[in-house]
Amino acid sequence: MNRRISLRQELPLLVWLVFVWGALWQDFSPGNLLFGALLAVVVARMFYLPPVEVSGRFNVLYAIPFALGFLGRVAAASFQVMYLAVFRGPYVSNAVVAVPLRSRQDLMVTATGHVISLIPGSLVVEVDRSTSTLYLHGLNVRNAEDAAKLRDDVRAIEARLIRIMGTREELELIRLEAAP
Amino acid sequence: MIPDAGTLDAVIDGLSAVFMVVGALMSLAAAVGLLRFPDLLSRMHAATKPQVLGLFLLLAAMGLQLRTWWVWPVLLVAWIFQLLTVPVSAHMVGRAGYRTKHLHRELLSTDELEAVVQKAAAKAAREDSSDGGH
Amino acid sequence: MMQTVLAVTAVILSLAAAGAIIRIARGPSLLDRVLASDVLLAILGAALCIDMAVNRHLDNLMLLVALSVIGFIGSVTVARFVADRREQPRDS
Repeated sequence: MNRRISLRQELPLLVWLVFVWGALWQDFSPGNLLFGALLAVVVARMFYLPPVEVSGRFNVLYAIPFALGFLGRVAAASFQVMYLAVFRGPYVSNAVVAVPLRSRQDLMVTATGHVISLIPGSLVVEVDRSTSTLYLHGLNVRNAEDAAKLRDDVRAIEARLIRIMGTREELELIRLEAAP
Repeated sequence: MIPDAGTLDAVIDGLSAVFMVVGALMSLAAAVGLLRFPDLLSRMHAATKPQVLGLFLLLAAMGLQLRTWWVWPVLLVAWIFQLLTVPVSAHMVGRAGYRTKHLHRELLSTDELEAVVQKAAAKAAREDSSDGGH
Repeated sequence: MMQTVLAVTAVILSLAAAGAIIRIARGPSLLDRVLASDVLLAILGAALCIDMAVNRHLDNLMLLVALSVIGFIGSVTVARFVADRREQPRDS
């Protein structure tokens, strides 16, 4: 394994570490941030992590609506789970649904799984890395239509994540799918 | 039209009061779900997820009440840590629950994982027996 | 007004904590109890948040972060442990 990682690949980690440093000290003055950056570089060098393969693109134009939409979905789904807990309770029916993803990258599969787990009503039970298939446990999935709806939902979320930070090949795939 | 400081204060107070009550209700929803859902995996949904929104609302209420900009980054970091850890622990508990057969099959409308698991188990058993034969 | 909010949320959170404790006591399996104690921790965190918001201080913030880290490590550890223990008899 190549031990050298380029600065570009390390940059998201460093920025995050500096942000946490500033937030914890509650001080965003340049001197403090500079010291934080120094510490971040030292920490990233000493506690070496296996490099995450990032594609190197990040589209802010898609990221901000995605974040807002995500918050809205979380809010709506939280109330839905609340409704189910109070009124349907013991009679709720669930399903374990297999969702094949397009992307083969670990980061993309992880991000999709994370987002779908955070939205109430679905939960990742198992991941098959070789075929990048997620096995989700869905709340209130009564029949095949609900399962198909859940599957489409997950694939739509993956498409939006690919638009934000997928590789160029995956982006092409999404464009081709959306075209006809 | 610029509202004077008094009404602005009242609006912020009211907003944060609403946030706090709804955030607390999310905790109650988790508890009701824990008590009423029939099996472990559906309890997981109720237990972990409403807390994400609940904590978000409570942290937002805190940020509004403190009225200083430098608390927002700390609150954001606290919330992002929550976002990163909740799915992981939910997945770990859910997977352990699925593997130890903690779910009621009759409550599942479909189970697309079971066939895969059985195939893998059959394959492992075959490999085991062929290993034993040699 | 803040005092009313404090009272209302205190009642709601007490009910929630009672529910979680009932599930800890009754829960048929270990994983149910772990889940319920995780919820109890989250309810404690919510109470800390509301205290900070109403009384306008930040003293408990690190306690809150520590609380969620403890909940995370606890449930992950127990989940691994349970999965291991159940798998061994099948293998042998």
